[in-house]
Amino acid sequence: MSWIILVPRTKKDPKVNESSAMKRIDWLANPARFQRLSRRVRPVAAWLTVGLLAAGLYLGLFQSPADYQQSETVRIMYVHVPAAWMGLFCYVSMAVAAGVGLIWRHPVADLAAKATAPIGASFTFLALVTGSLWGKPMWGTYWVWDARLTSMLVLLFFYLGYIALVNAFDDPARGTKMSSILALVGVINVPIVKFSVEWWYTLHQSASVVKAGGPSIHPSMLWPLLLMAFAYTTYYIWILLLRIDGEIAATKIRAARMRQVHG
Amino acid sequence: MNSFLNIIQRDLHLALRQGLDSLMVVMFFVIAVVLFPFGIGPEPGILARIAPGVIWVAALLASMLSLERLFQTDYEDGSLELLSLSPLPLELTVLAKVITHWLTTGVPLIIAAPLLAVLMNLDTDGFAMLLVALILGTPSLSLIGAVGAALILGARRGGVLLSLLILPLFIPVLIFGVSAVDAAILGFPVKGQLLILGAFLIGAVAVCPFAAAAAVREAVK
Repeated sequence: MSWIILVPRTKKDPKVNESSAMKRIDWLANPARFQRLSRRVRPVAAWLTVGLLAAGLYLGLFQSPADYQQSETVRIMYVHVPAAWMGLFCYVSMAVAAGVGLIWRHPVADLAAKATAPIGASFTFLALVTGSLWGKPMWGTYWVWDARLTSMLVLLFFYLGYIALVNAFDDPARGTKMSSILALVGVINVPIVKFSVEWWYTLHQSASVVKAGGPSIHPSMLWPLLLMAFAYTTYYIWILLLRIDGEIAATKIRAARMRQVHG
Repeated sequence: MNSFLNIIQRDLHLALRQGLDSLMVVMFFVIAVVLFPFGIGPEPGILARIAPGVIWVAALLASMLSLERLFQTDYEDGSLELLSLSPLPLELTVLAKVITHWLTTGVPLIIAAPLLAVLMNLDTDGFAMLLVALILGTPSLSLIGAVGAALILGARRGGVLLSLLILPLFIPVLIFGVSAVDAAILGFPVKGQLLILGAFLIGAVAVCPFAAAAAVREAVK
């Protein structure tokens, strides 16, 4: 039954010598403790998001120069590129949380994986939409079957499959377990898909921020990009904590209803 | 090993006695491909150009259709629970079921493929390669599909959900399967594509039974 997962795990075998990282994971497995921490972190993340987003957008939209080739449309990049990064980042964090949930039966990690999926899907969708808006003036078309676009689209499908599976069971605990397995299979598959679609000849420009020999982008453009990336990350932390709190509350309500029904 | 073969034998018996199931999969495969000339027009040049892709996509869909029942019937009548309690590791039970699925749907698809290649006016240079690519690719489809089939056990609207889960996972097999046939038709070397298809198969054998068994364990708990 689903409410069992809310029972904090306090009993420990003193003979087992756990590493400090393990202890920290265990420490967070208590939802009440997690919520206390979350209440303190959330406002910080929210204000950081507002500040970083304002700074990033100001620098990106008003202070940075227009590109000599792409002119003003280059500004779409400040929204687009960090969204694409976050789409991938969220998938990896979802898979890590799913793995932690499966291996250590960690209730909050399960909820974190479930809560990450819609956020990651939104970032991926945002990256696809802004990318296609940018593609119209640049490539003359909203969509091309280029390697990066295609792998982002497949990533979105992975997210949607995960969200569909997690909600398809009457018992939410089983839904998270099943979809955790899916997330782990997916994270093996994401690089394979990425590499497969690169088989096609690609229109998309290659990576220009993270590569050997330093970034090939001018600081006036790099700064807003990085600020936006940090803003997206703090936004992710903020919304993730909020969603996990929501999930915990939903589980408590479900447990209370069950107690009412079963006496 | 004996109980491994017993499971294969049992499932093959079931498939043969119920007979129509794998025949229906092949019929779906044929009809789905035959729709394309109606939709696109009968020009031989266009059909020949899209033939490898169409045949591969139809094979993906056909093999996916039959996957829903891979564990579902055993799950419903409770025999999956007994199988998971047997001394044979559940991973091997899953592998046995995957092998049966391939024998009852993958092999008939491969046998029907040359007929469709003729209908779609596929270049004769591509015939042998289409078969080789299907022989290497369809077992991966069964293996990957088994994970999806196990994940949807006990879920609502399992069939539609299954397609949402596993079709994106099929994409790499599709890309290299089609590209092997295209390369053979154009006279390019195909060794790379075939090696990658083989690598997918080996990787799927290594990963999928474990993932599917984990999902089955969760379902029968």
